[in-house]
Amino acid sequence: MHKKELINLALSSLRSNKLRSALTTLGIIIGVFSVILLVALGNGLQKYITDQISGLGSNILFVLPGKVGGTQGPGDSINKLTVANAKYLESRINSIALVSPLISKITTVKYQNKSNKNTQVWGTSSSFPDIIKTDLVRGSFFTTAQEKSGGKVAVIGQTVVKNLFPTSDPIGKKVLISGGRYTVIGVSAKKGSSFGQDQDNVIVIPFSAARKQFSIDTVNYIYLSAKSPELVTFVKKRATEILLSRFEEDDFTIMTQEQTLQTVTSITSVLTIALGGIAAISLLVGGIGVMNIMLVSVTERTKEIGLRKALGARRIDILLQFLLEAVTLSLVGGLTGILLGFLVSLIVSQFFVADITPWSVILAFFFSVAVGIVFGIAPAIRASRLSPIEALRYE
Amino acid sequence: MKQDEEKHLVIELSNISKDYISDEIVTHVLHNVSLQVWKGEFIAIIGPSGSGKSTLLNIIGLLDVATGGTYQLSSQNVTNLTEDELARVRNKEIGFVFQQFNLLKRMTVLDNVILPSIYSGISSTLRVKNAKELLIRLGLEEQMHKKPNQLSGGQQQRVAIARALMNSPSLILADEPTGNLDSKSGEEVMKILKELNAQGNTIIMITHEKDIADQAQRVIYIKDGKVQNP
Repeated sequence: MHKKELINLALSSLRSNKLRSALTTLGIIIGVFSVILLVALGNGLQKYITDQISGLGSNILFVLPGKVGGTQGPGDSINKLTVANAKYLESRINSIALVSPLISKITTVKYQNKSNKNTQVWGTSSSFPDIIKTDLVRGSFFTTAQEKSGGKVAVIGQTVVKNLFPTSDPIGKKVLISGGRYTVIGVSAKKGSSFGQDQDNVIVIPFSAARKQFSIDTVNYIYLSAKSPELVTFVKKRATEILLSRFEEDDFTIMTQEQTLQTVTSITSVLTIALGGIAAISLLVGGIGVMNIMLVSVTERTKEIGLRKALGARRIDILLQFLLEAVTLSLVGGLTGILLGFLVSLIVSQFFVADITPWSVILAFFFSVAVGIVFGIAPAIRASRLSPIEALRYE
Repeated sequence: MKQDEEKHLVIELSNISKDYISDEIVTHVLHNVSLQVWKGEFIAIIGPSGSGKSTLLNIIGLLDVATGGTYQLSSQNVTNLTEDELARVRNKEIGFVFQQFNLLKRMTVLDNVILPSIYSGISSTLRVKNAKELLIRLGLEEQMHKKPNQLSGGQQQRVAIARALMNSPSLILADEPTGNLDSKSGEEVMKILKELNAQGNTIIMITHEKDIADQAQRVIYIKDGKVQNP
């Protein structure tokens, strides 16, 4: 039989059972669609996070309390990154890197009778804007002198402005943070939100003021910024030596931006694979649907198979006929699924992260063809092996 | 008789036997059946049900294989062929007409007639041409693009005959061709078979109706798996 005839045959028999073919195809459509969409989401997430980290600049290093990759996670052990240690690090390393510790506390801030909840109050040093890019739309960041003297000044984010100063100019006004009065000296530019966290609901105050205000003696992180990209490795080495001289054990972790990227990429890759894997299960279920319907079809058409054999069809003719039907079902489903997955990913990417990767489309395509072959072969072999007289006698 | 004029053997069965074994009980369906069929003959095989006449027809039609004996079809030994080789010989040499017509419902009449030729490798334009000619010859020109279930029983059997003739076989096997038809349609089908025979086609037909069998040139009576001598 010619290829064209086989294809026509497969199409005509699928057409004669439109609803059934459509429902079987739907299983594959959903499978392929979810593989593409979920992989796109996973990839979008990865791209988004890596972009955010890359946006910090390649000179950045972070010192985190606790040992990452040890037996316990960073949050589990007692934070030994004290303010004294941070100061000591700064004094020893300031020739090759900018240093800013960060104390973070979530609290409610007030101005007159208005209040703004769940505000992140960050205590940083005056070099913070030089390490983590912070654009101001009004006023200025606090100076080293203000930081040293423990001046009660604040740079507020857009959400804080919106809730506390809907009509008036915030510059020079005093906001109440945990009972302390802070003068607003700057307003930062809008950053938007990231994973449900409002990045504009932030107030930055001098580190020394935050330490007293919240009676905290440990820092959440220490940010380091090497004075040139070539110095990153050296800064990491020096910072490790300096901190080790103060600690009994290496109960801290220094991550360069590259390492952070690697860590995040490895986490999000696992996430993407897990999402894709879950979606692949639905493709598998779709494949079983194809097999099921092909088995039904073989049984239903036993007589037809007997007739075709009597008229001269060889085993391979019957095998190819049924295999091609299964492949056509899964291929039509696969292509529709790809199209649908592509469209929905495009729509999703408008308001959330989604990034369609060519490999997931190619993979989904070949996977759907493979599903047709794998799940179509058993029914097709079964059909090809039917004995012509028994098949003809079948009612 | 025709064999005197042409001396051409289409079928030579020698000591064909068929046994079924199930649960260690052997059933002898056919016993040393020997039969010669000459080109252009019209043979009717009759016998009570369970006599083995259908098994004999299936063996002649290469749908079933004998457990003993040898079979020569058009001077070719077909006794020990593989399943696919049998399919090829069936396709080229044998045209089947069934009691139940066995037309495929979802295909048009024309596509049903074309069916045997798609397994024989002739070009698709030639196929359509041949099938149309056959349908015209059998008076089914108007029905060509209809589905089989839109046709009467007699018309459906005529479509089946056209299909049997599609690959110009050397042998036409008809299994109770009038069994599902009213007597008028039955007569019509018999008339066609006789015409085909007159044009030189060799036909073997199973029937249990005596008046149908009488229209053949030669009648073979089978009982208990043996050919009975009259």
